[in-house]
Amino acid sequence: MVRVILPQHLRTLARVEGEVSLEVVEPVTQETVLDVLEARYPMLRGTIRDHVTRRRRPFIRFFACEQDVSHDSSDAPLPEAVAKGEEPLLIVGAMAGG
Amino acid sequence: MSRVRVLVGTKKGAFILTSDGTRKKWEVTGPHFGGWELYHLKGSPADPNRLYASQTSSWFGQVIQRSDDGGKTWNPPGTKPEDLMGADGMPNGASNMFVYDQSAETGKPLTTHQHYDGTQRPWEFKRVWHLEPSATDPDTVYAGVEDAALFRSTDGGRTWNELAGLRDAKGKLWQPGAGGMCLHTIVQDPSNAQRMYIAISAAGVFRTEDGGKTWRPTNRGLKSQFELPDPDAEVGHCVHCITMHPSRPNTLFMQKHWDVMRSDDGGESWQEISGNLPTDFGFPIAVHAHEPNTIYVVPIKSDSEHYPPEGKLRVYRSRSGGNEWEPLTKGLPQQNCYVNILRDAMSVDSLDPCGLYFGTTGGQVYASADGGDSWEPIVRDLPGVLSVEAQTL
Repeated sequence: MVRVILPQHLRTLARVEGEVSLEVVEPVTQETVLDVLEARYPMLRGTIRDHVTRRRRPFIRFFACEQDVSHDSSDAPLPEAVAKGEEPLLIVGAMAGG
Repeated sequence: MSRVRVLVGTKKGAFILTSDGTRKKWEVTGPHFGGWELYHLKGSPADPNRLYASQTSSWFGQVIQRSDDGGKTWNPPGTKPEDLMGADGMPNGASNMFVYDQSAETGKPLTTHQHYDGTQRPWEFKRVWHLEPSATDPDTVYAGVEDAALFRSTDGGRTWNELAGLRDAKGKLWQPGAGGMCLHTIVQDPSNAQRMYIAISAAGVFRTEDGGKTWRPTNRGLKSQFELPDPDAEVGHCVHCITMHPSRPNTLFMQKHWDVMRSDDGGESWQEISGNLPTDFGFPIAVHAHEPNTIYVVPIKSDSEHYPPEGKLRVYRSRSGGNEWEPLTKGLPQQNCYVNILRDAMSVDSLDPCGLYFGTTGGQVYASADGGDSWEPIVRDLPGVLSVEAQTL
């Protein structure tokens, strides 16, 4: 199971608390994780990536194993520790403003 | 006895204010959607417990929320628990999908508009500024968006389609105002379901006679001598708000960037009615529920000083449809007041006497239960108010 930690506002929108665990068929990538996440929680569509282009929204970041993987290709494999559920994928609202 | 519900959108959430018909004691609930910008909330005239809300964030984009119980519970349309387990299978999560229509059948190519620097930019969706539920069908609702376009949903906000003919009305010449290129006002003609008016900053007023398929600019008489190289241009005017009394659908009132205006021929021509106002800059304009010639504005000092002149918060009322205005000050701060009142932040109820409501960028919501003669704050310390809509229940 892949573990995903959503930012607080998206947890509220999706009505979840704590981590989300997702069954993701390999390969485990940003794209395959988000596909499963959005299928389970359709109210999150458009809030993390654009509906049409499927590109990450500018103020969203993906952290994994203490690395910023936001700029990696969306179909690149995520770290093995994330794929195995040892480490979570963090979806984060970027620092902006004051 | 009738009740009043006032829907307040702020920079950090929504609040719902309710009172009985005396409008003396108010209950305040919220924040709903705390931390998000709520550009606008509005109830369906056909079903007052059906509410729509525009929730936006720089981080997470646009979300549409809907309540079917007068604001007690909310869901993005199509994502109630029963929807998620329904016979139709998983919903597609399209209630926040605003995509400009480029289809061969109903759409238009993704055209460009003028940018601040004079270059042309393609349309790019940013947020929903205004939601206007249909007067007759709770499942039909219009959305005015930035970059300026009009969308319609006929399934209670689950899916949206652009009325793309609007961009044909000289869209290449439209340009953003300081707040962005937004479609902020949608007025339905109660006597003719095919006729509707919209207003855009900075493009002007546009009218459709065929239910939204085709549009044309209706800006004759507007003068923008400090904003446009051609003060009488057909499009490009920074219209801030328009309103209509339902009993006189050919009469429109307008607060422009500068100038308060009036049309008595369905927008074909406009005349200035600023008269003795201390300044004719401002954002909202409202019309009395029972007196179609009684209108209200809140004069603001200038386009670079977004606060009331002399630090005195004054609503101005004209009982003659313009030109002669009287200040309404009782209960409003008359010194050291430097708030602004945004274009969607004034509303009226339909009780007798008519109630008026407005919200400020300082977080106060003021109410009058006597047509504007006297005012009291319902609530003082909300986040900056973006929109106020009153419902008479």
